[in-house]
Amino acid sequence: MSISARHISKSFGSVQALQDVSLEVPAGRLIALVGPSGSGKTTLLRILAGLERPDAGSGPLFFHGQEVSGLSARDRRVGMVFQHYALFRHQTVAENIAFGLAVRRRKQRPPRAKIRETVAELLHLVQLDGLAGRLPGELSGGQRQRVALARALAIEPRILLLDEPFGALDAKVRKDLRKWLRAFHERIQLTTVFVTHDQEEALELADEVVVMNQARVEQVGSPQDVFDYPASPFVIEFLGNVNRVAAGISGAALQEHDRLYVRPHDIQIQPQDVGGSGLKARILHIFSAGSVAQVTLQRLEGGEILEAEVARAELETRQLHEGQLVTLFFRHIRVFSTSGEQRWIHNALAPAGTK
Amino acid sequence: MSATASLPLATAPGRYRGGGLPGFGLSLGYTVTSLTLVVLIPLAVGLWQATDLGWGGFWHAVTQPRVLAALRLSFVTAAIAGAVNAAVGVLLAWVLTRYPFPGRRVVDALIDLPFALPTAVAGIALTSVYAPNGWIGQLCAPLGLRIAFTPLGIGLALIFVGLPFAVRTVQPVLENLDQELEEAAATLGASRLQTLWRVVLPAIWPAVLTGFALAFGRGVGEYGSVIFIAGNMPLKTEIAPLLIVTKLEQFDYAGATAIAVVMLVIAFLCLLAINLLQRWAGRRAGLA
Repeated sequence: MSISARHISKSFGSVQALQDVSLEVPAGRLIALVGPSGSGKTTLLRILAGLERPDAGSGPLFFHGQEVSGLSARDRRVGMVFQHYALFRHQTVAENIAFGLAVRRRKQRPPRAKIRETVAELLHLVQLDGLAGRLPGELSGGQRQRVALARALAIEPRILLLDEPFGALDAKVRKDLRKWLRAFHERIQLTTVFVTHDQEEALELADEVVVMNQARVEQVGSPQDVFDYPASPFVIEFLGNVNRVAAGISGAALQEHDRLYVRPHDIQIQPQDVGGSGLKARILHIFSAGSVAQVTLQRLEGGEILEAEVARAELETRQLHEGQLVTLFFRHIRVFSTSGEQRWIHNALAPAGTK
Repeated sequence: MSATASLPLATAPGRYRGGGLPGFGLSLGYTVTSLTLVVLIPLAVGLWQATDLGWGGFWHAVTQPRVLAALRLSFVTAAIAGAVNAAVGVLLAWVLTRYPFPGRRVVDALIDLPFALPTAVAGIALTSVYAPNGWIGQLCAPLGLRIAFTPLGIGLALIFVGLPFAVRTVQPVLENLDQELEEAAATLGASRLQTLWRVVLPAIWPAVLTGFALAFGRGVGEYGSVIFIAGNMPLKTEIAPLLIVTKLEQFDYAGATAIAVVMLVIAFLCLLAINLLQRWAGRRAGLA
C-alpha cells in the first residue's frame, strides 16, 4: 500500500524534530530514511506507526488513499520492528510471533490451530524453523531480529516499518542480513520504510532514498540519483567520502563563494609534471590494505589536505610513493553556488590534450 | 599491528573468570563469621533451649489451642497483608514511575515513612483512627464493621509496615522496563489492559514476588504495631510473637522457644517456596 504524508511537523518542547516534511511512498517499494542522528528520521517513522502524534497544523497521513491520521497505533495495522527488537522476553519465539493474533477480539481471532499454522509459516519465511520453543534470550542478535520481523508480519500489516534494522548487529551479520532483507522484500512486496544512519546501507538496499537533515528532507531520489546528482552540500558530504576543495581552480567560470566538491575516486594522480591545468601536491601517506588504495595528499598552494582513491594496479604502474611531488587532475567537480544552483564540471582540471 | 597486540588482553577476562576476582577467601570468611555470630549461633541456642522440653513436651507446648490459633492468625494475616501490599505496591510503583504529577517526590518520600517510624507509634496512630470511637472507626461502626481489635485491624497494621517493601522492590524494575515493549504490543494491536497483563506484569513478576516475600516476612515477625490494634484476646486476636513474649514474661523459656522454632520452620518453608517460584518466574522473564 502506498503511503502519503503531507507537511508533517513535530516538536518536543523547544526541539524541532520535524519541520514541514512530506513523504510519498508508492506501493510495494523499499524506502530508506537516512540522515545523521537527530535529523528526525526516527520521529517520522514513529509518526507513521502512530506512536507519536504530529503537531497541530500538520497535514494528513494516508495509507493507500485512506486517511489514518486519527487512528491509534493499535488500529493502524502497521508492522513495526524496533531497533532493539522489543521482543517479549518471557514468551517463547512462537508466543512472540502469535502475540498480534492472540490479542485480537474473539470474533476476529483465528482458531488456535490456525495460529499455530501461521506461526510455522512465518518461522519458515524468516528461516528460523525449529526455534519455536526457544526464549528470546537464547537467540543470537540476527535471529532475534528475524523473530521481531516475523512477529510484525503476523498481523498482515499494510506497511512495514524498520527502525535501524541492522544497528545492533556486528559487521558480518549486517552484510548478510542486508542481502537477505533485500531478497525478502522482493518476495513479499510489502511497502517498507526503514531508518538508517548508514548511507552505504541506504544506497545498497533501498529503491528510493530520503536524505534527512535537521528536521527537514534534503533530497528524495533513487540511490543512483542522490549519489550522482546530490542536491546540496549536505547530501554530497553525507553520502560517501568527498573532498571540499578551496577555490583556485582556473578555467571553470566559478564565482567567489561557490562550494566545490571532488569525490576521492575522481582525483587522478600523475607522477610528474605533465602540463595542463593540474594542481601541484605532495603525497603524505598511502594506505593500501584494501581493493583500492587511499592516498592522502597536500596541495602545495594553500596546504589543503585531499583524499584520493587509486586502484592498486594504478598505484604500482605509476610508482607512487610517500613524499613524492605529483600533479592532480579532477575528473568531475560538483559545484554548489550561493544562489542554490548546482552543477557538475567535467574535466575542468585535465592533463594537456584531453580537454 | 596494534590490533593483534591487544588480542591477549581482550581474552584475559575469560581466562580469569571464576576464582580470579581477588579477595574471595577474605570476603567469604568474613561473611560466614558474621553470619554465624549474628544468625546461626542465636538460632542454634534457640533450638537447643527447645530441646529442654523433650519431644513429648515440645509437641504438647506447640499443639495447645491457644498456640495453634496464634500461629494461624500470624501467618494468615501476614500472607493476606503481603498479597494486598504486592497489589497496592505495583499500583503505587506504576503511578510513581509513569505519571509526572505535582508532588510526586513528596509521595515518593512518604512511602518510606513506615520504615523510619517506630512501630509502636504506627500502632497507636492506627488504633486511635480505627477504634470504634476513632475518626474512621466511628464511620465503620454503624455498618457493623469493626476494624480495631479484630484480625482486620491486625491486617491493616501489617499492610502499613509492609508497604515500603512492596513498592521499593517493584519501582526500579518498572522504571527500567523498556517502553518499546509496550509500544510493540500497541502496534501489534493489543489494548492497554492486554499490554499490562501480557507484557508488563510478566516482566515485573519476580520483583512483585520479592516484595510479597519481604512484606510477608516482616508481617509474620511484626510485634510493635500490632499489639496496640489487635486487642490481644487469646484464641481470637493474639499473634504468635505476642504469645512468645507472654511466655518469656512468665519465665517459660522452653515454651517460648518451642513456638519460636515452629514459626522459624514455617517461615523458612514459606520463603523457600516463594524463592523457588521466583526463580521459575525469573527464568520465564529471561532474567536468569
